[in-house]
Amino acid sequence: MDPTDAVFSTDHRVPSSHLLLDQLPSYQSLLYRRKSSGSARRRGSGRVRQPSVISGKWLEQKTVHSGEELRPVRELPKSMEDKRQEKEQRLQQGGAPIGWGLWRLNVHRSLKRLKEDGMDLLSSLQLWRADVHLIEGMFGTGILSYFSFLRFLVLLNFIMFLLMFVFVMLPVIITSHTSLNITYSSTDVRDCSVYPSSSRQGLVVFHQHITDLLSGTGFLEQTYLFYGYYRLEFIHSAFSYNLPLAYLLTTVSYLLLSLVWIVKRSASGFKRKLIQDEDRFQSFCNKIFAGWDFCITDENAARLKRSSLLYELKMDLEEERIKQKMANRTRCERFRIYMLRAAVNLFVVAVLISCFFCIYVATVFSQQKQDEEQSNFLLELMVEYLPSIVITLANFITPLIFNLIISFEDYSPAFEIRFTLMRCVFMRLASIGVLLFSLWSQITCGSSHCSCGYNHHRYPCWETHVGQEMYKLVIFDFLIIAAVTIFIEFPRKIIVNHCDCALAKWWGQQEFAIPQNVLEIVYGQTICWIGTFYCPLLPAINTVKYFLVFYLKKVSLMTNCRPATRPFRASSSHFFFLVVLLIGLALASVPVTVSIAEIPPSRACGPFVNYTSSWMVVPRVITQLPHSLSSVLMALASEACAVSLFVITCLGMFYVIALAGAHKRVIEQLRDQLAMEGRDKRFLIQKLCQAQQGVFARSPDRGCHGNRQDAGLYFVRETKA
Amino acid sequence: MGGKASHLPKESLSEYQELTFLTKQEINEAHKKFCQLQTRENGPMERVSMQIIMTLPELKSNPFRERICHVFSTSDRKDGSLSFEDFLDLLSAFSDSATLEIKSHYAFRIFDFDDDGTLDGEDLRKLVNCLTGETDDARLTSEEMRQLIGNILEESDIDKDGTVNLSEFQHVISRSPDFVSSFKIVL
Repeated sequence: MDPTDAVFSTDHRVPSSHLLLDQLPSYQSLLYRRKSSGSARRRGSGRVRQPSVISGKWLEQKTVHSGEELRPVRELPKSMEDKRQEKEQRLQQGGAPIGWGLWRLNVHRSLKRLKEDGMDLLSSLQLWRADVHLIEGMFGTGILSYFSFLRFLVLLNFIMFLLMFVFVMLPVIITSHTSLNITYSSTDVRDCSVYPSSSRQGLVVFHQHITDLLSGTGFLEQTYLFYGYYRLEFIHSAFSYNLPLAYLLTTVSYLLLSLVWIVKRSASGFKRKLIQDEDRFQSFCNKIFAGWDFCITDENAARLKRSSLLYELKMDLEEERIKQKMANRTRCERFRIYMLRAAVNLFVVAVLISCFFCIYVATVFSQQKQDEEQSNFLLELMVEYLPSIVITLANFITPLIFNLIISFEDYSPAFEIRFTLMRCVFMRLASIGVLLFSLWSQITCGSSHCSCGYNHHRYPCWETHVGQEMYKLVIFDFLIIAAVTIFIEFPRKIIVNHCDCALAKWWGQQEFAIPQNVLEIVYGQTICWIGTFYCPLLPAINTVKYFLVFYLKKVSLMTNCRPATRPFRASSSHFFFLVVLLIGLALASVPVTVSIAEIPPSRACGPFVNYTSSWMVVPRVITQLPHSLSSVLMALASEACAVSLFVITCLGMFYVIALAGAHKRVIEQLRDQLAMEGRDKRFLIQKLCQAQQGVFARSPDRGCHGNRQDAGLYFVRETKA
Repeated sequence: MGGKASHLPKESLSEYQELTFLTKQEINEAHKKFCQLQTRENGPMERVSMQIIMTLPELKSNPFRERICHVFSTSDRKDGSLSFEDFLDLLSAFSDSATLEIKSHYAFRIFDFDDDGTLDGEDLRKLVNCLTGETDDARLTSEEMRQLIGNILEESDIDKDGTVNLSEFQHVISRSPDFVSSFKIVL
């Protein structure tokens, strides 16, 4: 913008150069623009103070221009002295405000300061501020993004816990301590409502307490921890509190809250991603101009950063060459590679299916064995934890296999990493799905002897049982993370540091691989989302878990690990984390929705005893509402409403698409304009050269070269302005 | 502006708050740091020389430290020494709340090693060497360097004059996702 403006205004004030400027290649487009915005600009140039030197005019034009937009003084790229002058000048120009104006200005200023102080206070309250700063200084922004993601999850879990606590737990706690009228959920007496107590009778051996604590059975089963404990239906005080409705709505709202929060957080990353995808040829500029993390304070980290940048640049250049090579492949080679890829993918599918089958078998086996009384304490624990162990093993082995086979497939290096990652994400999240499916197949017993709609004989309270499974998964996941840090990474560090043999050197220090770590916590979060319905205290457990994981990971990063050789960019990683989290959320909401809408709730426990499905609470409440309100709600839920909403959404989407297209065209035009201005510049320089050659015809050494430098200086002034 | 006074007067504090992107806390912090640096200089000088500024842990491992000092210095002798206000300017440009325009402007000047107002091939070469390290084994080969600079110019040099000027640089930077998060120094 500015160069054209300057050229444009010089056009008015210096009539001698008029002819020259008329010949500019971009003059036509300027004329066009003048029609639309000329008046404002002319007013601006009227306020110029002392047009003595050309560069002075430049400066003037810039300041006046920015004054017009009323940009704060601090946003001017000038030294403090200049900014102070500028401020005073503005005050003079605007006329010193008196009375009302002064008062308003002061109030405005102090309000702004108050707001800034408030923000200061808020940011100082932020969790782990100093830790995050330290990590940033030592490892750069890539790893930092992992930790801020973890912090976000802690907060999210805490909010989910608060929701559950306030709307579900608190009413139950209050009623148990006061004498309010309570209606317990009860059903017609049938076999289905029998819920045998699972707490151990007689003398309890100590290790059984441990088993109970780790697997949520025994004394833990009948506590606030699990679904089965919430048996109230109505709490009557000044008004009647409908606990089943509250339970259901809280579940829906925590899922929705997570969705909205994640989408809001990922919006900025998504925008950037779109921009990046639009012209993907900017990767080199991004690496060079934004490559250095200026926040790095550690000498060691700086060295690492240098080597990783070098590595990355070399890889990218290599990749470019590989791409060129790929483009030159013959048809025969291409055919061979496609066949190879198909075979490898078949193999991957086979590996996945065998993993899923193992998980299924392990789950079914564990479920069947749980009924039998085990004699051995460890064996009992093993049986309880069998599905978790198999899932963890599968998730440990498959990434290794995937890493190994990807090299046969001959993709470009960047795509290799992404593709392996996608496979791992699929594996992680699908294994939870398989576990749930096998549980579901056990709970809903096909066709035979299902008088209650679910397998009442084995699971008198199946929701609590699912809650226990999720509880076990969360606990086991945490134990694994802690164990890997303490028993594998730490000894490895010691061995590598204090042992000179070749094997140890080859093994090297543990790499802090961000994608795997992120997958780990997303896996935990997905379990938490699924389990919160069945185990309302799970978000609290998860909050504590992530809180501890933060410190574990920090210690492990500081002492045991080195950053990965192939760095993970903060921008791409931020978006990637949230996308994986979103996939996790989508996956989590499927089983929760199915179990709310389809599977009949237990007859023996929980708030939904009287309903054929949990969702039935909502229609029943709606029919009890006043007629007008209920008909409005019914209308909202009708097909007509849904279709019209769909149509409106479609229209909105079309509008946004059209807008995006328009923006794209504007960008293209602006690019053209920039190119045009470049041509202008060269044209002017040529003209100047010719003119100077005419003047200094006798001294050939001061020719075009000198002019080029003048032009350069001209730009320096502009940049320093 | 400093001397040995450990506290800034209130009115200059509020003025600095208005003229920079820093908060009260950060300005006080910066003042404390700067006073510490001053005491290492012989006698209470108004400016602190570049060598001493560069001992700050935030700049010590930064390959662009000399350039940063030169860009923010208002010294007449062009020696890169900073007064307290220059120091605040520096921190303001690198602060979290500074606008993209300010950041990209100063980044351009930092990367413009020969101060001629454009990033030409030589500037880019120096920039890449700063990033990857100066030692011989860390450097890209000349062939790779040529390819890299060619790529950069192809991506950013819109008017195809072989150099990157400020507006082209800002155009590129505005689409660079990592720039804002990486171009910051917090005391």
